[in-house]
Amino acid sequence: MDLGTHAGFIIASYAVCLAVVFGLILWVVIDRKRQEADLEELADQGITRAATAGDKASKAAKA
Amino acid sequence: MAIWDYANPTRFLRLVQIILPWLIGLCVIAFAVGLYMTFYTTPDDYQQGATVKIMYIHVPAAWLAMMCYSVMTISSLGTLVWKHPLADVSAKAAAPIGAAFTFMSLVTGSLWGKPMWGTYWVWDARLTSVLVLFIMYLGLIALWRTMEDPIKAGKAAAILTLVGALNLPIIKFSVEWWNTLHQPASVMRMDGPTIDASMLIPLFVMAVAFTLLFFVLHLMAMRNEILRRRVRAMRLKAAATARPATVTATAQPAE
Repeated sequence: MDLGTHAGFIIASYAVCLAVVFGLILWVVIDRKRQEADLEELADQGITRAATAGDKASKAAKA
Repeated sequence: MAIWDYANPTRFLRLVQIILPWLIGLCVIAFAVGLYMTFYTTPDDYQQGATVKIMYIHVPAAWLAMMCYSVMTISSLGTLVWKHPLADVSAKAAAPIGAAFTFMSLVTGSLWGKPMWGTYWVWDARLTSVLVLFIMYLGLIALWRTMEDPIKAGKAAAILTLVGALNLPIIKFSVEWWNTLHQPASVMRMDGPTIDASMLIPLFVMAVAFTLLFFVLHLMAMRNEILRRRVRAMRLKAAATARPATVTATAQPAE
């Protein structure tokens, strides 16, 4: 594979794209882990979606 | 099944769980085929030489930069007109991805421009309008970050997105309306593409790969945004239920 006299520009272009795509993948993966850690932390404190739904149900029953 | 059936985030998350592995697999295959064709089967251009290989990432990145903003525009209409609960989630999740593709398109365009035009940058209509698109993306990301309430931020961002959508036809037709250094369209033309099939097919495969990458990242980012809103809602709920107890606790000694 011969990239000719402008090989540096071609390699730099693909390197930038690779870096951006890896950056995007890292962003979504790290963000997901952060959200799941936050949800686990809340669950450890006894705050779950089921519990908050239960609160709503009890309020509705009182009303 | 109608789009409204996926207004339920739990149902949407279940759908994402099912289709995401397939999309990732297809995306990897498309990139493998596209890159193989780019580096091993496509011929060099008779004028550009091997530098034409930059086109196989620059053109799909530029298309995706515009497609991503189109998705955000449709999502913004969903927020303002139909009040679809996932519309602003979609728009917010798409903005950083669109910014990244626009950045990719600007950088690869510059790196192609230096050996071909003799300059990295020129203030012609196409390049400038794409730079405006990049600034729009950054502005929208900043707007979402400055407002704490995601519903209010979503509405404000939706209005700004619709205003910014005026830039899309300017980008598309800039090479026809003005005399630009950037070459006119050579793929999406009324009289058909002017590129030879030996270059058009790899370009098409790379465009499919980039599009699949966008959908993979968009679905993953939407899932994250739904989880973020759940965390926020649960924290607010916990704070609201804890507050009366705190007030009682602090009020008792005073009595």
